[in-house]
Amino acid sequence: MNPNKSSVIPGFGLTLGVTLFALGLIVLVPLATLFFRTAGMGWDGFVTAAFSPRVLAAYRLSFGGALAAASFNVVAGLLVAWVLVRYEFPGRRLADAIVDLPFALPTAVAGIALTAIYGPHGAIGAMLGVLGIKVAFTPLGVIVAMMFIGLPFVVRTVQPVLQDLDGEHEEAAASLGANRLQVFTRIILPSIAPALLTGFALAFARGLGEYGSVIFIAGNMPGVSEIAPLLIVTKLEQYDYAGATAIAAVMLVAAFATLLVINTIQKLRRDRVVAG
Amino acid sequence: MAIQTSNRRSLTESRWIRATLVGLALLILFVFLLLPLFEVFGAALAKGVDAYIKALNSPDTRSSIRLTLVVAAIVVPLNVVVGVTAAWCVAKFDFPGKSVLVSLIDLPFSVSPVVSGLIYVLVFGRHGWLGPWFLDHGIHVIFAVPGIVLATFFVTFPFVARELIPLMEAQGTEEEEAAVVLGAGGWSIFRRVTLPNIKWGLLYGVLLCNARAMGEFGAVSVVSGHIRGLTTTMPLQVEIYYNEYNFVGAFAVASLLAFLALVTLIAKTVLERRYGDELRSER
Repeated sequence: MNPNKSSVIPGFGLTLGVTLFALGLIVLVPLATLFFRTAGMGWDGFVTAAFSPRVLAAYRLSFGGALAAASFNVVAGLLVAWVLVRYEFPGRRLADAIVDLPFALPTAVAGIALTAIYGPHGAIGAMLGVLGIKVAFTPLGVIVAMMFIGLPFVVRTVQPVLQDLDGEHEEAAASLGANRLQVFTRIILPSIAPALLTGFALAFARGLGEYGSVIFIAGNMPGVSEIAPLLIVTKLEQYDYAGATAIAAVMLVAAFATLLVINTIQKLRRDRVVAG
Repeated sequence: MAIQTSNRRSLTESRWIRATLVGLALLILFVFLLLPLFEVFGAALAKGVDAYIKALNSPDTRSSIRLTLVVAAIVVPLNVVVGVTAAWCVAKFDFPGKSVLVSLIDLPFSVSPVVSGLIYVLVFGRHGWLGPWFLDHGIHVIFAVPGIVLATFFVTFPFVARELIPLMEAQGTEEEEAAVVLGAGGWSIFRRVTLPNIKWGLLYGVLLCNARAMGEFGAVSVVSGHIRGLTTTMPLQVEIYYNEYNFVGAFAVASLLAFLALVTLIAKTVLERRYGDELRSER
């Protein structure tokens, strides 16, 4: 491979070599092993391991929970991003910094803290208990944990787009008699829709694979509140490597499909910016 | 700028709507993000300071802290070397397949932590691809420290490179080219020209990488085997205490990790405010 011929900077071969070596050793070879192992199972073996009733229930919870949490986060994340970008209020900078907390807080820590809060004796769990709503140790608990870890993804993808939004279109619409709601739904929302969608997909992908913050609050009842990543761990502990591998392959394909969707949205967005 | 438009009456919401939206947003941030943080410290100190300190002083806690520091001390420098190398390669040169390479570097971000651990079990485990060979030579990877290091390396692989690539791309290659013309060699170009330009971005990446390395749970959990005193990192120790109903112990260890998260957030915020211009290209 010959780099850009005009480049006089040294180190292309060395840096590419080291990068490929590390990437291969740490990322590609282990990931490829997973697919070789899956392929070695044969179709029937794979289907039996990856789509048994208990596993299907776990997918339903993982996918459904991630979908529900990401949908909530689109609304909540847009609200938080909107307020942070558009309004001045005391504590705004602090609020802005706090948004990243789920990125920084280890998942196990978030997991036990959420369980304590939403448990029957917790600050919120007790309040909701009066209303007859149980969160901890139910599928709802799974969604709450996924909401926690997914929120910053939506805020951080929407925030910069909202910041760069040109006020001219809003002014034009307002001077033509559009009210604020019309301006929001007709002008602002279409401009930030790709970013919202990207944030949604990122939050969804994160929720789908999430383990640490979910397993404490979930209760982990097979068929009811057992997420797919936990089932992988359970199968491994029972030395059922084929079972664990098959589920992992399904999860990995789902994650890559989501990644593809995200990349496509961003490519379309870039193209539109260039064209516009 | 958004702030200018918000001053114009026709272009913003009425005061009541604004106040309601701000209130709602703050409520969400408080309930979802701050409350768990307070809970960690509250529960850690629920039985008093003495119980808290006793929990932190137990041999299991201390060995978990030691292991977490060891793993981070290995993984973070490795990531600095690989991340800077990868960023140099991607940002300073043009070559076919570059965008594929960048996507591959980012790949670990989209893999579930549990799967990240599992793939190492499939390679190095007793029934794995290379596992039997290593075991024959007396090297334990899975259920031992090397496996924990590998799994942590995998999940933190993109952090440094992903901060540096956009930054170095935005800075271009003119300064390095000038250094070449003046007769500098590769290493001294990097040390004298590139490194000063990227130092805050590098620090930013290291901060995030370190936070993840010390806090990783799922991937490490799969490869660790949970051998007390030997292969339990701090997040795993949190789980062990919690499952034993030793809540003060669990939240005491968790409070140290939460404190680390807070320090990371503060340092990150300070970096963004002070050196925002130098980090901006990544936003």
